[in-house]
Amino acid sequence: MRMSDSTAQEGLIGRLAENLRPVTPLPAPWKRTVFWFAAVVVLAALLATQADLPALLVRLRAAPDMWLSQAGALLTAFLAAWAAFQTSVPGRSTWWAALPLPAFLLWVGASTAGCLRLSPLPGTEHEPAMHPVVCLEFLVIVSAPLAGLLTWRLMRACPLRPGLTALLAGLASSGAAASLLAFLHPFDATADDLLVHFVAVLGVVGLCRVFGKRVLDQ
Amino acid sequence: MSQAAEADRRLADLMKRAQAGDRAAYQAVLRACVPLAAAAARRAGVPPSAVDDVVQDVLLTIHRALPTYDPARPFMPWLRAIAARRAIDSLRSQGRRGAREVHDEAAYLNHPEEDVDFIEQAARQGDAARLREAIATLPPRQREAVEILGLREQTLEQAAEATGHSKVALKVNFFRAIRSLRSRLGGNADV
Repeated sequence: MRMSDSTAQEGLIGRLAENLRPVTPLPAPWKRTVFWFAAVVVLAALLATQADLPALLVRLRAAPDMWLSQAGALLTAFLAAWAAFQTSVPGRSTWWAALPLPAFLLWVGASTAGCLRLSPLPGTEHEPAMHPVVCLEFLVIVSAPLAGLLTWRLMRACPLRPGLTALLAGLASSGAAASLLAFLHPFDATADDLLVHFVAVLGVVGLCRVFGKRVLDQ
Repeated sequence: MSQAAEADRRLADLMKRAQAGDRAAYQAVLRACVPLAAAAARRAGVPPSAVDDVVQDVLLTIHRALPTYDPARPFMPWLRAIAARRAIDSLRSQGRRGAREVHDEAAYLNHPEEDVDFIEQAARQGDAARLREAIATLPPRQREAVEILGLREQTLEQAAEATGHSKVALKVNFFRAIRSLRSRLGGNADV
């Protein structure tokens, strides 16, 4: 090491020590996940006041794949958020990013199964329960604040792979939004619905990956 | 307890005190991180000329990541992850730069010194505080080049002698610094 490098490093160490302020260690990732998930629960409670809950329960009891799809979306949201918080801490394994994968597969698989069960007979037409564009708007509008809140919480950490962390944040937000959609859309997904859901989830994840990475990279 | 475990426990203890605001403990832990970060950078294949930049990036990242350290956990995996990541970032940035830039020593040395005017102009326009902030966020070698050539207005020869870097390296770092300062302060990024 050259003398000038050593001096520069000493100078930097001095400046950093000068700027040191006491910090509180961040709570464990699971605690931060629970905090974020509480916001999802609050949103769910608000939506529940607008929903026809008895009809929703009847539908869920009658269609097991809808249960599974809802459970998959909700689990994906929780596990992806947990993985995002884990990957935002230096030294935690990147394998945490694989945590939401089984739940994601359950979500996609059960939604597809429900869609296939609803496939109309040849020559007949299925009336969609809710216009797909409304679903798309709902998914994007509900995902945005959840993704914002999650990114804000993640900014307090120091993600060394901001792209991966932002992508997980997008998956968590879109999973939560998809499960909340059940309050307004208590029916199995038609092929159109499924396509719209897929586009919305992909869009939210992509936007989070691009913009979240920029924010978390600072 | 093994020597490595003992050293880890000592650093974890220093980090805990640093998180509570103990500056002496913080300086001690940062100093201890310098050789560890340098070794990690060399292991990752960072060229010797860039190892010190990686070390300084690691120190800056430690400062930012201070609240993420959990004193109940070992310190070394936390530090190793930061050092390995910054080494990879350095290699990637060198790769991108190598693909984008043409290296011509004579052109660098013969380029007129109009960039110093940009710094003077920014300082005169009441942007001194913003300029200082922007300079503080530059990579270490670029910051050094701006401080010596732009702010202290030393000649290239004097700066090369004082820093031990070549004249071309200083001027390249100066160009890159001016480019990012221009873009951050709202000017034209093209030098």
